[in-house]
Amino acid sequence: MKLLIAIIKPSRLEDVRKALTGLDIHGMTVTEVKGYGRQKGHAEIYRGAEYEVHFLPKLKLEIAVNANQADAVTNAIREAAATGKIGDGKIFQLDLIAATRIRTGETGPDAL
Amino acid sequence: MTPIKMSKLAGAASLIALGLTLPTLAQEAALEAAAKTIQAVDKGDTTWMLVSTILVILMTLPGLALFYGGLVRAKNMLSVLMQVFAGFAMMALLWVIYGYSLAFAGPETGSLSPFIGDFSKLFLAGVTPDSVVATFTDGVYIPELTFVVFQLTFAAITPALIIGAIAERAKFGAVMLFLAIWFTFSYLPIAHMVWAGSGFLFNLGALDFAGGTVVHINAGIAGLVAAIVLGPRAGFPKEPMAPHNLTFTMIGACLLWVGWFGFNAGSNLEANGLTAQAMLNTITATSAAALAWATAERILRGHASLLGAVSGAVAGLVAITPAAGLAGTMGAIFLGAFAGIVCLWAVVTLKPMLKYDDSLDVFGVHGVGGIVGAIGTAIVAAPALGGFGGEGFDIGGQLITQIIAVIIAIVWSAVVTFVALMIVKLVMPLRVSDSDENDGLDLSTHGERAYN
Repeated sequence: MKLLIAIIKPSRLEDVRKALTGLDIHGMTVTEVKGYGRQKGHAEIYRGAEYEVHFLPKLKLEIAVNANQADAVTNAIREAAATGKIGDGKIFQLDLIAATRIRTGETGPDAL
Repeated sequence: MTPIKMSKLAGAASLIALGLTLPTLAQEAALEAAAKTIQAVDKGDTTWMLVSTILVILMTLPGLALFYGGLVRAKNMLSVLMQVFAGFAMMALLWVIYGYSLAFAGPETGSLSPFIGDFSKLFLAGVTPDSVVATFTDGVYIPELTFVVFQLTFAAITPALIIGAIAERAKFGAVMLFLAIWFTFSYLPIAHMVWAGSGFLFNLGALDFAGGTVVHINAGIAGLVAAIVLGPRAGFPKEPMAPHNLTFTMIGACLLWVGWFGFNAGSNLEANGLTAQAMLNTITATSAAALAWATAERILRGHASLLGAVSGAVAGLVAITPAAGLAGTMGAIFLGAFAGIVCLWAVVTLKPMLKYDDSLDVFGVHGVGGIVGAIGTAIVAAPALGGFGGEGFDIGGQLITQIIAVIIAIVWSAVVTFVALMIVKLVMPLRVSDSDENDGLDLSTHGERAYN
């Protein structure tokens, strides 16, 4: 099993969700986060005062998938989340050691 | 029932009406009838003045409170609302206790009469529902209480304007004590000098239709001095202090604009054509200033911001105030646009250059806008330029008079502000403690949060 962590632009969430539904992925966890990468941030000007805003709002998606699906899902997220502009985000893959469904007690891939 | 004299025109009218005694009985009877007629108030004018009064209240509560509140950080939102709110309430009481008397009562002559009234109407003594005041038209009166309550709203908003300059760090008790002292020794004398029949600046010929000098220069200079005396906010200018809610600021600015119709058009004391002109000027000057500020910002900084547009609007409102009933429509547009650009410069260039922390740009917008308006009035009031300054209007001479009035207001306000702050400092600290400032004044001073 793999855990995918994707940092995306908030405006791309719905497209990513649609793409993953097409791949038969049924669950994900979404968190509102702030951060920066190469995009750095932006400047805001209020009357005379100029402020550098370093942390920009992003969404963090956490999706647990079978190992054989991981690359396909990664590609689907990449395609759905890409705008071609700086700040589109990143996708990380991690090995997932165990998974348990709380309601039924199922473990492993059955729990996903 | 004696009409008080508020202007040269009205003063002359009542002298003529009351002073001539003619020999024959028929003429005496006619005169008596005329005397009765002149005491009757005009209900249309009275209605307009009461509506104007309510509009000016709207400017402060909630207009100014929201305008300022949106510009501070979330942790200081309530403190600004509370300072404006409580300040308004205190001024309303001080006005009826002694403010009205010191501003508008008192003898026509006497050593102090050019500068301040007297205590003859302390606690509104002698002011009854039947007493009347003259307007700008011969024989037209409104109830004195209408005038009392209309002027109350001016007296209440002016000290409240200063709060923006010392927002986010001043101690609540110190603010209240300072405002009371400042109101007594800066607002009342300047209001008397500019508007009372015996006033020094009034008799000098200084033009101030709706309070550019009395309200905006007076409060703007006080804001600058207070901001310097209190010192900058902790972290200024390194920490981000971006406005927490520009939507509130937009709502507040628009309430200011709507209320300003009462402020400017109400200052004509009657409902007539000139009132409409003052109202139109209040629209056109403001529109021109808002667009001028936003356009200049787009050219200089790449963005036309909402905060810029509404700041420009307030600058335009301030600048047209002294000229509201004196400028023609085109003059108002010119004056507004000019003020928008100059105030933008004051806020963007002058403030960082001099490094004072006028939190919400009270000096940059009200002080500078007021000075531009007061001096500009000498130009736009010229009949040759479509103004209503009257026959034989001399731009050069009037310019000098306006500049003298501006300088007197600046010096008076600056000195009173400084001394008042020093007096308050003897009683209590002017600022909250560093840790309270860090936590935000809402929680540390008022024990509540704006947002939960």
